[in-house]
Amino acid sequence: MSRPSEAAQSPRPSFGGRINWFKYSSPQSFFPLAGAAIPWFAAAAALFCVAGLYVSFFVAPTDQQQGEAYRIIFIHVPAAWMSMFIYLVMAFWAGAGLVFNTRLSGMMASALAPTGALFTFVALWTGALWGKPTWGAWWVWDARLTSELILLFLYFGFIALTAAIDDPRRADRAAALFALVGVINIPIIYFSVQWWNTLHQGASVSLTRAPTMAATMFAGMILMALGFWMYSIAAAFIRVRCIILERERNTEWVAEYMREQR
Amino acid sequence: MNWESFDAFLAMGGYGFYVWGSYAVTFALIAMEVVLLRLRGREIMNQLIRAERPRRSAP
Repeated sequence: MSRPSEAAQSPRPSFGGRINWFKYSSPQSFFPLAGAAIPWFAAAAALFCVAGLYVSFFVAPTDQQQGEAYRIIFIHVPAAWMSMFIYLVMAFWAGAGLVFNTRLSGMMASALAPTGALFTFVALWTGALWGKPTWGAWWVWDARLTSELILLFLYFGFIALTAAIDDPRRADRAAALFALVGVINIPIIYFSVQWWNTLHQGASVSLTRAPTMAATMFAGMILMALGFWMYSIAAAFIRVRCIILERERNTEWVAEYMREQR
Repeated sequence: MNWESFDAFLAMGGYGFYVWGSYAVTFALIAMEVVLLRLRGREIMNQLIRAERPRRSAP
């Protein structure tokens, strides 16, 4: 793929040395870039997850209060972080699509939604399996749990809305608006344990305070979070390449790509 | 080392169902997503190959 992108061909004035960020915003130029990046992110995901699992089970000590049940934290908290972070990134791309009207933005948002939904479900599932032995209940209508469940429905709504509208560009715009309205739920999830009296415990790790846990426990969580993060990027890039081919199937560059494949 | 034996590792101090239930479902879902992504990629490639054939036979 050495052909210059559409954006690079257009007579956009380029001032000395300034990077034309829009060059990579065309699906055609992002497609090979994502393809080259996927193996690296996948390998990083595998390495971080293996290291994270090792620390989680063999290095981190048994918790004094919760015994071994606490080891659910090593996927519960990273999954919950990713569920919120992916939504923010998805909403960022959705907003960028509305502002700049770039095709790739909506594709990126659509590519992130299923992986975000996956991590939201994992956060809820592992939370239920952790809640039963520690609280005595699989589920409570607590502010933290309820707002995280709403996040899952926001992902489902975004996916359903994108699928329901035939014209992909119109679907992108409608879903983008939906995603941006839903952003309000993210600070609600994050601060729910401070704003309301929740059964869910407060944050063990925050940006402003030192973690209130053993260093090895913290390391296990960070390693798993990095593993999930790298996995999310790899999965989103694989999916966005599928979406690009699906939507641009009638273009000349896809025909040329197919000729190169044989 | 936290575990005296493999059985103790599986038992997770009596919380084996909850701990392994969490990890198993998480990694099963991730494996499922990887399989679905591979199928989706294969499907669009097959469609593109099928769409290409009549075009190539045209003059």
